[in-house]
Amino acid sequence: MSRQRKAVALISGGLDSLLAVRVIQQQGIEVEGINFFTGFCVEGHTHAIRKKDQKKPKRNNALWAAEQLGIKLHIIDIVDEYKDVVINPRHGYGANLNPCLDCKVFMVQKAREWMEQKGFDFIITGEVVGQRPMSQRKETLPVVQRESGIDDRLLRPLCAKNLPETLPEREGWVDREGLYDFSGRSRKPQFALAKQFGFEDYAQPAGGCCFLTDERYSVKLSDLWQHRGEKRYDLDDIMLLKVGRHIRPADHFKVIVAREEGEGNFLQGYRKQFISLKTTSHGGPLALIDGEASTADIELAARIVARYSQGRDAPQVELEVSDHGAGPERLTVVPLAASEVREEWVL
Amino acid sequence: MSRQRIDCSRLLCPMPVIRVQDKVAELHPGDELEAICTDPGALNDIPAWCRINGHEVLETRSDSDAGEYIVVLRVGEDS
Repeated sequence: MSRQRKAVALISGGLDSLLAVRVIQQQGIEVEGINFFTGFCVEGHTHAIRKKDQKKPKRNNALWAAEQLGIKLHIIDIVDEYKDVVINPRHGYGANLNPCLDCKVFMVQKAREWMEQKGFDFIITGEVVGQRPMSQRKETLPVVQRESGIDDRLLRPLCAKNLPETLPEREGWVDREGLYDFSGRSRKPQFALAKQFGFEDYAQPAGGCCFLTDERYSVKLSDLWQHRGEKRYDLDDIMLLKVGRHIRPADHFKVIVAREEGEGNFLQGYRKQFISLKTTSHGGPLALIDGEASTADIELAARIVARYSQGRDAPQVELEVSDHGAGPERLTVVPLAASEVREEWVL
Repeated sequence: MSRQRIDCSRLLCPMPVIRVQDKVAELHPGDELEAICTDPGALNDIPAWCRINGHEVLETRSDSDAGEYIVVLRVGEDS
């Protein structure tokens, strides 16, 4: 009697991985999901931080997808290991600081290690040939298989008929006729299949679920590396890049100004690691100074913060300045005029 | 049977889930785990993780004064 075959699926929480798993489940394969946390994930963090987003249903899409599919999901923290992918991508970056091809190779490689450790037979992904300009082209799909070491144990159910047969097909674990031949950027085939499967509510992150594909975020990360003098980051760095206005009036410091209450609450947690400023005479945002700031620098930062407070048109604004949690000391400044916040300061 | 507590304060989704997942891997069926979180999303995400992985959620509550969100679970037989 043949043994039950098992596949591990890379689950992003989007529609494609949802469909890929259901296609394989329908062939009697037992599936478990794996989801990687890189630190650059978009949804959970922004929803958790920003007050205005809290009206939206809060859910982790990967967990939600797994629940719809009735599969176990293993979420794996790869923040530290992933740094080398972001800092030194062998295949380079996409339009922004997105190392999509290296990322996919890395994730499939990690999934392969997990698969081998847990005694699973093959990996499935929701990739569709031609859908993404960097990692999902016909020329790059074999690169993922080769460099991750997974070779023909990687099955892409949504576009398998456009690709060479894989081991699960050759061995008869999976019937190739039950797979699909999707290609290109159109999402219509996926929507039709979702309807067929009865999936009505699913996540569709535009441009992916990674901050590295975001132009503004990439500018801020480049700025961080440039002013640090090396390509290095830790989890707090990349979390703070997701929050607030980042304004760099000088090479040696920048000001992070909360845009709303939720961001202010989030930045509160960093007050012992930075100089922080908060307006007291008028409603206004909490801000942090990242860098070595002189007294004059702190005054300039305070004028910037005042500019984003309700006292922006007042002759003077009072603030409290706390140095790494110590203090606070009071400071009174004239808010900067809009024209004085130079365009090149705003990241 | 034991009851343990983990501090997930200041961690944002999905880190509280990862901390819970890693801790549960060290526990035995029937053991209980209390996760103290500050991300309100944990009240959805940790129970969802429990449901799909066969663990029982015993309690979810929020302490608005402390800004804490607490989930108590019992490790399932299949872990």
